[in-house]
Amino acid sequence: MKRGPPSTGAAVQRREGLAKLTGRERYVDDLPLEDFLWGMTVRSPPPSPRGSITAIRFGRDVDWSQFVVVDHRDLPGPNVVYLIEQDQPVLAAGVVRHVHEPVLLLAHPDRDALRRAVHAVEVVVEPEAPVLDFRLPSRSDEIQYGPDNVLKHLRIEKGDVARALAQAPVVVEGEYETGAQEHVYLETQGMIAALEGEVLVIRGSMQCPYYVLNALKHALARDETRLRVIQTPTGGGFGGKEEFPSHLALHAALLALKAGRAVKMIYDRGEDMAATTKRHPARVRHRTGLTRDGRLLAQDIEVLLDGGAYVTLSPVVLSRGLIHAAGPYFCENVRIDGRAVFTNAVPFGAFRGFGAPQTLFACERHMDVIARTLGMDPALLRRVNLIRDGQSTATGQVINDGSDRVAVLERALDVSGWREKRRAHAAFNAARAPVRRGLGLATFYHGGGFTGGGEVYLKSRLQVAGLPDGRIEVRSANIEMGQGTLTVFTQIAADRLGLAPDAVVIAEADTARVPNSGPTVASRTTMVVGRLVERACDDLRRRLGLSESARGDSVRAALRDWHRAHPDQSLVGEVVYEKPPGINWDDATYRGDAYGAFAWAAYVAEVEVDLRTCAVRVTDFVAVQDIGKVINEILARGQVQGGVVQGIGWALMEECKWQDGAMVNNQLTNYIIPTSDDVPPIRVAFLETPYPHGAQGAKGLGELPIDGPAPAILNAIAEATGADPRTIPLTPERLMTIAEFGMRNAE
Amino acid sequence: MRNERDMTTNSAFRTPHSALEVSFTLNGTPTTVSVPDSERLLDTLRYRLGLTGAKEGCAEGECGACTVWLDGLPANSCLVPIYQVRGRRVNTVEALDPAAVAPLLDAGATQCGACTPGVVMTALWILQHPDVLATHTVRELMAGNLCRCTGYDGIVDGIEAARP
Ligand code: FES
Ligand code: FES
Repeated sequence: MKRGPPSTGAAVQRREGLAKLTGRERYVDDLPLEDFLWGMTVRSPPPSPRGSITAIRFGRDVDWSQFVVVDHRDLPGPNVVYLIEQDQPVLAAGVVRHVHEPVLLLAHPDRDALRRAVHAVEVVVEPEAPVLDFRLPSRSDEIQYGPDNVLKHLRIEKGDVARALAQAPVVVEGEYETGAQEHVYLETQGMIAALEGEVLVIRGSMQCPYYVLNALKHALARDETRLRVIQTPTGGGFGGKEEFPSHLALHAALLALKAGRAVKMIYDRGEDMAATTKRHPARVRHRTGLTRDGRLLAQDIEVLLDGGAYVTLSPVVLSRGLIHAAGPYFCENVRIDGRAVFTNAVPFGAFRGFGAPQTLFACERHMDVIARTLGMDPALLRRVNLIRDGQSTATGQVINDGSDRVAVLERALDVSGWREKRRAHAAFNAARAPVRRGLGLATFYHGGGFTGGGEVYLKSRLQVAGLPDGRIEVRSANIEMGQGTLTVFTQIAADRLGLAPDAVVIAEADTARVPNSGPTVASRTTMVVGRLVERACDDLRRRLGLSESARGDSVRAALRDWHRAHPDQSLVGEVVYEKPPGINWDDATYRGDAYGAFAWAAYVAEVEVDLRTCAVRVTDFVAVQDIGKVINEILARGQVQGGVVQGIGWALMEECKWQDGAMVNNQLTNYIIPTSDDVPPIRVAFLETPYPHGAQGAKGLGELPIDGPAPAILNAIAEATGADPRTIPLTPERLMTIAEFGMRNAE
Repeated sequence: MRNERDMTTNSAFRTPHSALEVSFTLNGTPTTVSVPDSERLLDTLRYRLGLTGAKEGCAEGECGACTVWLDGLPANSCLVPIYQVRGRRVNTVEALDPAAVAPLLDAGATQCGACTPGVVMTALWILQHPDVLATHTVRELMAGNLCRCTGYDGIVDGIEAARP
């Protein structure tokens, strides 16, 4: 492992950690608030995912004069939640496209009275033919988007796939499916809206304060000077608080504007699970041409995503999914064709990994299907094909980052005891006990930052202010949701200027005080925005007239001197994102450098499968990755462990049950996420090959760990049982339907 | 005797329909509240007494984010009607000695923190009753506290590090 010298900020403790551990951290529902109303949503009811609203009936038992009632006519501006396409209404106006679509908003001082009132409203929907299965072509009377219900179609092409497939000595085909996944951030969505003078102030749980600001500006037809968005400590996001909080902020704002009082909206778990976004369900098909010794000759991949009833972020989820679909391998001929399609399901949206977990599940499960077909060791198949420096990805991006992907794989094999355990398991399974053991592998990658030209388009800005007392303040819109932004930014800034961590203040993410450094998504915060922190520190140093090497005492002294010489003035270092040299992307052809940097990983899962009950237990898990540079080991390890466990849940137990395009198991009693007793210790190791354009050499990490667990686990189950599972979540019920084959095979 | 704390931040509960006087010992202090009979202990703590450490994660006894000690035992306060608390002892995360959580901080037991107050209440109970570790693993004992961020290693490691 390559490591630099320890630095000032190294191993800084989580800055808000003690407040969290002692219950003092105040989340949105914990803030003291006087004289406010609770707000709630009336939604379109099952069983009609699609139709016209023909009546809204207010029950007679409620004194409606006590309630603030808002509908779409109360919107000062256009009735859309501003995002990629302006297709999703803030409140349904006459038609609904999915169950649980927001129709009315109610506010009242008494939460219980409000709950009763919500139930006393009847929304009558005249049904029309819905599309509910994204895998089937739409009939003409089901078309609700464009000519064919396709929200987005993208294609990546390299070489000549048709010819290479025709000539390949071996062709292996496979079809893989992944289910929706609910984020289950432990803090549900919540927002407070209040008028403070002329300014409408939004406080709440969110990943992207400026997305919320834009949505408010648009739909409320209100200029930025009369809007202010403040992120409150956020109890988990995982993408679920990327685009959705814009809806809730608008709802709270509309009620507050009409009521003339502060309004607080906190979803209960049932509403949160039923009405907010989830991970896109996907079906991926592979046709792969190979030599007999396992070299990839052609990859023909077809991706289909269920987009749900509005566009939301589906086009960019599809894009990231496609770019990752061919895996971390070199192949001359690749065709990846993908579509995100409209259905009348509650819209799907951002979730950690953003399309890549779906396509990498298919790719990595398919690699094991290939290995079995060829009678080849799955580790060897991967080693033969892993991309080497100088080779190019499906989009033609030449990888030249110095990272040794084979070493990452070897490390995972060593730490997991791959070779010895495979032998031991074979012997154990030969005894034909009802319990079988298996080891499975996945090698994969994840691109950090926005895709393609996204970072250039964002034009992120960031400030580091020099304070009169010799401290500095980092001003960014990137938020803490558990992943460690406050701590990592502290470390980066402290290291850059040679200051102690407690000399670094991280400004609250308040749009009235911090510039738009972009959303807290896409594994971009440390790698991309962290680099802006470094450059803003440098800019501050320049403004102080200091040399590039000035650190510590000289910086502190210069700050004090400057403020003495310029009383009551502010000193701010400021930078705008600059594209690293040599990174080029062509959005028209979908060719070029899709990401500034990829992090690389190899994960190994060990499972025990009880053939009688089809219960699967993950008994060991090893996660090895090269993330450029580990800035804070405890935080980085925690990101990996948490991501892996989320991946274990997605692979084995987290199943959204659908009815009429809505989740019906919308409670933690029957949507099962892993407990401490369901998972083994996650053993984590890092390799470091610094990325010159990331903060301290770091690449993105947040999403990477959710890409690998599902395929590694299914590969392990296949190895243990001889079965050939291709769909997740692989619940015991689902495994049972294919286990008969497995048991016969194992006899 | 009335608790002197900030009595209510939430006007929603100021006008109980069928009010109930409930006296109990809260973090060692005798406390009396006048509340609607259907109120949950979690809401009394959070919205009436300003003790917002305990969180609502599910409202049905699955997640443990609302964990407090009731007569010294961890309990899901979302499932406890306030009248059941009459005459009993309630302890919340706010009354803990911050020094006791240091090993949890070092091990990375908290990320987003939404589960954390509940996790801490269960973890410290385990540490104060180490005999349960003779018959149960830390992972078994913590299984009533869901965490979506840490993958549990930070929590389990922190408890192991703090074991007497
Ligand atoms: S809120 Fe009480 S257990 Fe989840
Ligand atoms: S730290 Fe986020 S849920 Fe546990």
